[in-house]
Amino acid sequence: MAASSERSPPPFPDSEEPELLEDSDEGADAFTGTSISEMDSPSPDSTRPPKDIFNEPPEDIFSDPLSNINSEPQKKVDAKIPSPSSDEAVDLFSDPLDDDSEVMSSPEVQNPMPDLLNEPVEAPKSDVLGEPPVSSVKKAASSEMFGDDDDDEDLFKEPPKVVTKKPQPSGPPVDVFTEVKSDVKVKPQVKDDPTDLFAEEALTAPAPKPSAGSSSSRTNGVHSEEQDLFSEATVELSLDSPRNDRKNKDAVKPSVSAPAAPVASSSSKAPSKTLKELEEEESEDKFDLNISITNPEKVGDGMNAYMAYKVSTQTSLTMFRSKTFTVRRRFSDFLGLFEKLSEKHSQNGYLIPPPPEKSILGMTKVKVGKEDPSSAEFVERRRAALERYLQRVVSHPSLLQDPDVREFLEKEELPRAVSTQALSGAGFLKMLNKATDAVSKMTIKMNEQDVWFDEKIQDVENEEQHLRKLHVMVESLVNHRKELSGNTAVFAKSVAMLGSSEDNTALSRALSQLAEVEDRIEQLHQEQASNDFFTFSELLADYIRLLGAVRGCFDQRMKAWQRWQDAENMLQKKREAEAKLLWANKPDKLQQAKDEITEWEAKVTQYEREFERISATVRKEVIRFDKEKARDFNRQVIKYLESLLHSQQQLIKYWDAFLPEAKAIV
Amino acid sequence: MTEGSSAEAELSVRVSSIRITDVTQDGDVLTFAIASQKLNSSAGVCVFRTYEDFDWLQQSLFSQENLPGLHGIIFPPLPSKALPSQSNTQTKALKQLGFLALGQAWQSYSKALEFYLQQVATHPTLCKCNALDSFLINSESPGRQRGRKGIFNRLSQAVEEMRKESHKDVDNFFQNERIKNTNLAALSKVATEKLLDVVMTEQKLALACGHFSTSLHLCVNQDDAAAVAFSKVCLKLSDIIEAVKRNFEKAGSSNLSTLGLGLDLESRYQEAEKEMLFRRTCKLIELETVKKSTEKAKANKREVMEAFQKAVEKEFSLISSVAKQEIERFHSSRVNVLKNFLIGWCEQQLNTAKEFAELYSQHLEACRNMYTE
Repeated sequence: MAASSERSPPPFPDSEEPELLEDSDEGADAFTGTSISEMDSPSPDSTRPPKDIFNEPPEDIFSDPLSNINSEPQKKVDAKIPSPSSDEAVDLFSDPLDDDSEVMSSPEVQNPMPDLLNEPVEAPKSDVLGEPPVSSVKKAASSEMFGDDDDDEDLFKEPPKVVTKKPQPSGPPVDVFTEVKSDVKVKPQVKDDPTDLFAEEALTAPAPKPSAGSSSSRTNGVHSEEQDLFSEATVELSLDSPRNDRKNKDAVKPSVSAPAAPVASSSSKAPSKTLKELEEEESEDKFDLNISITNPEKVGDGMNAYMAYKVSTQTSLTMFRSKTFTVRRRFSDFLGLFEKLSEKHSQNGYLIPPPPEKSILGMTKVKVGKEDPSSAEFVERRRAALERYLQRVVSHPSLLQDPDVREFLEKEELPRAVSTQALSGAGFLKMLNKATDAVSKMTIKMNEQDVWFDEKIQDVENEEQHLRKLHVMVESLVNHRKELSGNTAVFAKSVAMLGSSEDNTALSRALSQLAEVEDRIEQLHQEQASNDFFTFSELLADYIRLLGAVRGCFDQRMKAWQRWQDAENMLQKKREAEAKLLWANKPDKLQQAKDEITEWEAKVTQYEREFERISATVRKEVIRFDKEKARDFNRQVIKYLESLLHSQQQLIKYWDAFLPEAKAIV
Repeated sequence: MTEGSSAEAELSVRVSSIRITDVTQDGDVLTFAIASQKLNSSAGVCVFRTYEDFDWLQQSLFSQENLPGLHGIIFPPLPSKALPSQSNTQTKALKQLGFLALGQAWQSYSKALEFYLQQVATHPTLCKCNALDSFLINSESPGRQRGRKGIFNRLSQAVEEMRKESHKDVDNFFQNERIKNTNLAALSKVATEKLLDVVMTEQKLALACGHFSTSLHLCVNQDDAAAVAFSKVCLKLSDIIEAVKRNFEKAGSSNLSTLGLGLDLESRYQEAEKEMLFRRTCKLIELETVKKSTEKAKANKREVMEAFQKAVEKEFSLISSVAKQEIERFHSSRVNVLKNFLIGWCEQQLNTAKEFAELYSQHLEACRNMYTE
C-alpha cells in the first residue's frame, strides 16, 4: 500500500522489481487521490468501502436477468477478500490505472498471479493495440493527469452521486454496456483489470461506436469519475479474479458489466454534453457554448479603480448548472484563470490560450477617467480580446473540463487573483521568450529524432515572423483607413461650407447633399477601419501570442526530454557504480546499489514515457492549433469580405441617391 | 461664342476638337502635343508646345490692344508651371500644383491645360485673339520672344492687394460679388485641398494594401494539410486585398479625374475672377483719385482734368459692364462645369462600387465554398 503511493524505492527484492516499481510509482503518481482513498481503509478490509458502493447499486441495475449472474462474482468477492494480500491488491490496482490499455490487451493476463499480471505490461502494448492506442493512451494519460491534478475533490465527491443515480440508465448507457460486453468476450481474462477494460473500452469505442466512445472517453471529468468508481470496484474484482478467470465467460460479463452500469449512468448524466464535445472536436459549428463579454464597467475610483466585465454564458452543456448564467469578472481574474490553467496543464504539453496583455498605459487612462475616445477604444479592444480569449479556452476540449474554467464561468464570487502582475501578458511572453532562448542552446544538444517536431519548430518560428510583419502592415492599413475617414470628414465639412455660400440654389442643394453623402462615407470608412482592426490586426496579434504559447509547448516537451536524458545519465552512473562494487566484491553495498539502479531504471522509464506522452500531446495540440488557425482565418476573411461587400452596397446606395441631385443642377 | 467665332472667322479650328494628346518629358521641359481639327475641313492639325508657349499665349491675351474693357474680362486661369525634374520634391509639387501634380505621366496637368485652351477658345472675346490661332496652328513656336510681364503681374498685385482689396465699392452688385468671390475662392481652395488629402490617403491605402497582399504570400507553406488549408486562406486573402487595392486606386483616380479637376478648376477660376474684380477696383480707385484732383484743380487745368476724368469714367463703366457680363457668363458656365464634373464623378464612383461589390461577392462565395470543403 504504502509502497505503491510512494516514490521512494519500495521493498521488492525480486527480479520483477523494476516493473513493479515503475508501475506502482506511476500508479501512485497519476492517481494519488485514488490510492490514498484506498490507503485510508485498513488493509485487511480495504475492500469494505468499495464493496458497499458496489453491492448496493448492482441490485437495482441488475435486478433483471443479469442479477443472478452478477450475484455470483459478488459472493465470491466477499469470500475471497481475505486471501490475497493487500499488497497484491494494490499492485493489481495501481497497475491497471497506469497501464490501462496494455494490460487488458495482453493474453497472459489470464494468469491471476500478481507478478505475472505485472509482467505483460510492457510487451504487448504496441503490438496488440497498434496505431489507435497512441491516441487512446494519450487520452488516458490526460485523464489521469486530471484526476491527479485537480479533480481530487470532485472525484471523491461525485462518485457517490453517480452511484445513486445508477438505477436510471438511459439510452447511451446501453451502448456502453453492450460495448463492454463485446470487449469482454474478446478478452475474457481481462476482467481482473476492470479499470483497464474500462479505459480501453472507452478508448477503443470511439471507432466502432462514437456515441459510446464519446460518453466515456471525451470528457475528462466523467472519465475520471469512472476510474474512480472502478478503482474501488477493482479491488473486489481483482481479488475475485484468481478464481473467476478460469470460469466461464458468462461470469466475467456481469462482473465487468456491473461497473459498466454505473459508468454508463455517470456518463448518461451528461450525454448531451459529451456528445456536444465530440462534435465540437469534429466541427465547431455544433459547439454549443456561447460566451460573450459585455458591459465593461469601471468600478471604484482613482488608481484603485478597475474594469469589471459581464461574462455571459449560454450553453446546453449539462456540465453547467443552468443554460444561461452571468458573472462579473475583472481583468486580473482572467489572468488568474490563465495562471491556474498553465500551472496545471502546461507541463503536460497543452496549448493554453494566452490572455491579452496588461496595459498600464491604457488602464491608467481609464482610471484617470477621461472620457476620451482612446480610452473607450482601449476598453472595447480589451473586451473583445478577453472574449476571444475565453472562447479559445472553452473551445479546447480538455480545458473546458477544468473545474477552474467552470468556476470562472459559473461561480458568483472568485477569490481575488493575486500576483498577476508578474504574469500579465507581456511579462509572461517575455518570460517565455527567455525560456525559449535558454532552451535553444539545449536544442543543439537535443538531437531531434522526430522530424515532424524539427520542422514544426522551424515553421512556428518562421510563421511568427511573418505574422509580425503582417501585423505591421495591417496596422498601417488601419491607420490609413482612419486617416481616410478623418480626411473625408473634413472634406465633407468643407463641401458643406461651399454649399452654404453657393448662390445657385440647385448647386447649393447638391453640394449640401454631397456633404451628407461624404459624411456617411466617412462613417463607412470608420466602420471599415475598425473592421480591419478587429478582423485582422487583433487576429494577428492573437496568433502571435498563440504562437508564443506553441513555442512554450515545445519547451515543455524539451524539458521532459531533458529530464529523461538526465535520468538516463544517472542510471548509467549507477550501473557503473554497481559494476565497481561487484568487482570490488562488496556485497553489503551491492544491495543498495541495486536498489538505486532499480529506482533509476524506473525513473528513466517513467520520464521516457512522460516525454512520449508530452510529445504526443504537443503534437496533437499543434495539429489542432493549425486546424483552428486555418478555420479562424477563413472565418475572419469571410467576415471581412462581408464587411467590404456591405460597404460597397452602402456606397452604391449613397451614390444612387446622389446622382439625381447632381443631374438636377441647372 | 460659337457664333462669334464663325462670324469673325478668327479661329480656324473647331473648339471642341482641341485636345492635348501627348506629353513628353525632356529633362525639365514638358512638351505637349496639341491636336485640333480645322473648321472647314476634316484635316487635323498637331502642334507641339511647351509651358513657355502657353505662358506667351496668356500674356498675349492680357496685353491685347484696342480691346475696350479688357480689364473686365475673367481670363481663363493658366495652371502654374510644372517642374518635372523636381520629382524628389513631391510634396512641394503637390503644394504648388495640387491635383495637377497627381496622376500618371502628367495626365491631369495636360487635362488642365487642355481645359484652359478650350476655355480660351470658347470665350467670346478672347477667341478672336490672333495669338490663340497661331498658337493652335503654327507649327513653329510662336512665343520665342519673352512676353513682357504684363500689367497683371501677380507679384506686384500681391503688394497692392492688401491696400486696395478692402476698398469700398460704389456699386452694390460688385461689392456683393467681391465678398462672395472672396468667400468662395477660399472655400473652394480648402475643399480642393481636402479632397486632395482624401485622394492622397486613398493612394497610400492602395500602397499599403499592395504591401499587405504581397506579404501574405510569405505565409504560404505546403507542408501538411493544415498548412495547405491555411495557405489557401492566405492566398485568397491576398487576392481580396489586391482587389481592395484596385478599388482604392480606382476610387482615387476617379476622384482625381473628375471632382478633383473640377474643384481645382473652380478654385482657379474663382482666383481669376478675383483678379478681374481687383483690376476693376484698381480702376475705381484711379477714377476716384482723378475725381478728387479734378475738384482740387485750378480753373485753367480743370477742363483738361475733366476731360481726363470723363475718359477714365468711360473706361471704368465699360470695364464694369464687361465685368458684369463676364460674371454672369462665369456663373452659368461654372455651374455647368461643376455639374458635369459632379455627374461624372458620381457615375464613376457608382460604377466602381458596383464593380467591386460584384467582385467581393464572388470572393465571398469562393470563401464560403472553401470553408465547407
